[in-house]
Amino acid sequence: MSDNLPPSTEAPMPSKPPFWRDEEKRAIVFQVVALLVVGLVSYYLYSNTQANLERQSIATGFGFLDKEASFEIGESIIEYSAADTYLRALAVGALNTLKVSLIGVVLTIILGTLIGIARLSSNWLISRLSALYIEVMQNIPVLLQLFFWYAIFYEAFPPPRQALNPIDGVFLCNRGMIFGVPEAHAAHPVMGWVFLVVLIAGYFLNRWGHKRQDLTGQSFPALRITAAAAILLPGLVWLLYGAPTAMDIPALRGFNFQGGVTVSPEFSALLLGLVIYTSAFVAEIVRAGIQSVGKGQIEAAMAIGLRPGKVLQLVVLPQALRVIIPPLTSQMLNLTKNSSLAIAIGYADFVAVTNTMINQTGQAIEGVALIMLVFLFFSLSTSLFMNWYNKKMKLVER
Amino acid sequence: MKFVKLMAVAVCATMLMVGFAHAGKDLDAVKKKGYIQAGVNGGVFGFGMPDEKGVWKGLDVDTARAVAAAIFGDADKVKYTPLTAQQRFTALQSGEIDLLTRNATRTLSRETQLGLNFVQVNYYDGQGFMVPKNLGVKSAKELDGATVCVLPGTTTEQNAADFFRTNNMKMNPVVIESTSELAKTFFAGRCDVITSDASQLAGTRAIAPKPSDYEILPELISKEPLAPAVRHGDDQFFDIVNFTVLALINAEELGITSKNVDEMLKSKNPVIQRFLGVTEGNGKALGLDEKWAYNVIKQVGNYGEVFERNVGVNTKLGLERGLNALWTDGGLMYAPPFK
Repeated sequence: MSDNLPPSTEAPMPSKPPFWRDEEKRAIVFQVVALLVVGLVSYYLYSNTQANLERQSIATGFGFLDKEASFEIGESIIEYSAADTYLRALAVGALNTLKVSLIGVVLTIILGTLIGIARLSSNWLISRLSALYIEVMQNIPVLLQLFFWYAIFYEAFPPPRQALNPIDGVFLCNRGMIFGVPEAHAAHPVMGWVFLVVLIAGYFLNRWGHKRQDLTGQSFPALRITAAAAILLPGLVWLLYGAPTAMDIPALRGFNFQGGVTVSPEFSALLLGLVIYTSAFVAEIVRAGIQSVGKGQIEAAMAIGLRPGKVLQLVVLPQALRVIIPPLTSQMLNLTKNSSLAIAIGYADFVAVTNTMINQTGQAIEGVALIMLVFLFFSLSTSLFMNWYNKKMKLVER
Repeated sequence: MKFVKLMAVAVCATMLMVGFAHAGKDLDAVKKKGYIQAGVNGGVFGFGMPDEKGVWKGLDVDTARAVAAAIFGDADKVKYTPLTAQQRFTALQSGEIDLLTRNATRTLSRETQLGLNFVQVNYYDGQGFMVPKNLGVKSAKELDGATVCVLPGTTTEQNAADFFRTNNMKMNPVVIESTSELAKTFFAGRCDVITSDASQLAGTRAIAPKPSDYEILPELISKEPLAPAVRHGDDQFFDIVNFTVLALINAEELGITSKNVDEMLKSKNPVIQRFLGVTEGNGKALGLDEKWAYNVIKQVGNYGEVFERNVGVNTKLGLERGLNALWTDGGLMYAPPFK
């Protein structure tokens, strides 16, 4: 560097610039300083919180988790009673959040895709109707929609003693939808396992079929065979076990229906509200994805004689998905996070359960930390999975 | 030069502030603001709820007004923060409000773990159940398998669970955060029964589409002493709030009302003279104006007046005095001597 400078008549240039002129060293100094500041601020916040909590004699720590919760929860996937611990109560809440999110995401993708495709329909009425749906649902706050659906459920349906009975064994009332399920029988687990085995076998059959098609050009109807086997084989098991038909039919005893399976109005309202709201966004994403595929691609595919279904499956979707997946991921995350509005309509999600816990123990910081941790975990898992899928769907350059 | 001037002003101001800072920090902050920020319910008729004109009314609201009258000599120097059951203690801890008068039950764990102190109880309550009359239920013990509407974050939720467990009954809770949304849900028949403090049930019934359709069951399953609360750390402020509530009771014991308080100033009774500050001493001891108790009674009334005005038999709630009568009438309201 100094070689290029004209010789100076004054003090000779030092061979190395001082460290505050050296860009590299300066960067290191800045980073160390920044790290120190962040460290100090975090330490200050932490010690300040600790000192304040101590001064106001507010209890800290997670020791309360194995104490008795002593409150009931409306619905639960796992066994739970008021005598269980806070930890178990939190698990119930987390599973309830997971339940509504998973079912919600699946339904949202299906409904959103249908409406997105309908939006592109050449039928004027269909495309206008789906445009209307998208505009209306996107622009009403989701909390209002939840209140609306919940009010419909508890205002429109009759009390349990006058429950509607549209089909035998299914009851509709303001306590939810209650329907009969087959009584537990030894055949059921076996049928489940057979079903699973068929699915796995079908996966390998499909791979083999593709390989054969690549080699010989002959196609193999692997999907149809798998579908048929998935229905027939478990059915055969059922017949072998003597075709048990006993049903667990709900019956009105006391205040409520006993037996069967109940889908509560809170769960239904939350699911419906979230799915209808989010699917409007998904529909727009799907439409954008499909429209991103050039018209020429479709015309070319039709020109070589592919049927419309195959055009969609082989040409349009693989390319559209690359556009769809990243924004779709963020909508799935939105749905999961919005599920925490459950507390407004009485669904026992993770936030609702944690709030009760905070109020009983007074430990708000720990409770809120738990809420953040659980939602972070759900969100990161979704992101990880979708990123993996995105990578898989990426354009493979040949 | 400008900077030096500014510095000088700042230093002087700081010194002045230090000079005044002899009282506790909460009382200081309240005096400096010129009003009390009170956390109230916002949705329970008779205890804390704005009326049709937006004026805050209720027993808890009057308690806050009494404290303002004691400190400022003006009962209107209160600003209200409506709080849900879940927010209330955090709001007090964080300093968002100075005083919590929001039908909060005094319990050991709240007093020890939440960093707050409860003062004298201003309403003795108990948890009850309300059912629609056409359900045909006459006792809470018949509620096995019932769907129960309950507010989250209250002792109520736990009491109900305890009651059903002890009696070997099953309950399906429906837990909704907002008081009014919960009431709507109950009136629509989503739940068989709603549980809360009996006074709140009376308030809920008062806003029902047809109040006579609902019945409060006889069993009270818990003790709910509802008391105002302040933060730890300012004993003087605690004393003032505590003795303001007691002053309401004491005035009723002495037969002093908002109507006759001016005549009572001329009373020859030394107890009354001390209470109303004719004989000085109490005000100085609390760090207040000697007329503080006079101002409270003149502007807010005694406990009996406050009770009858907000929740008594002639209001929509129609509550009897019961446990909240004076000790001389078989109730629990009892004030220590004001000397």
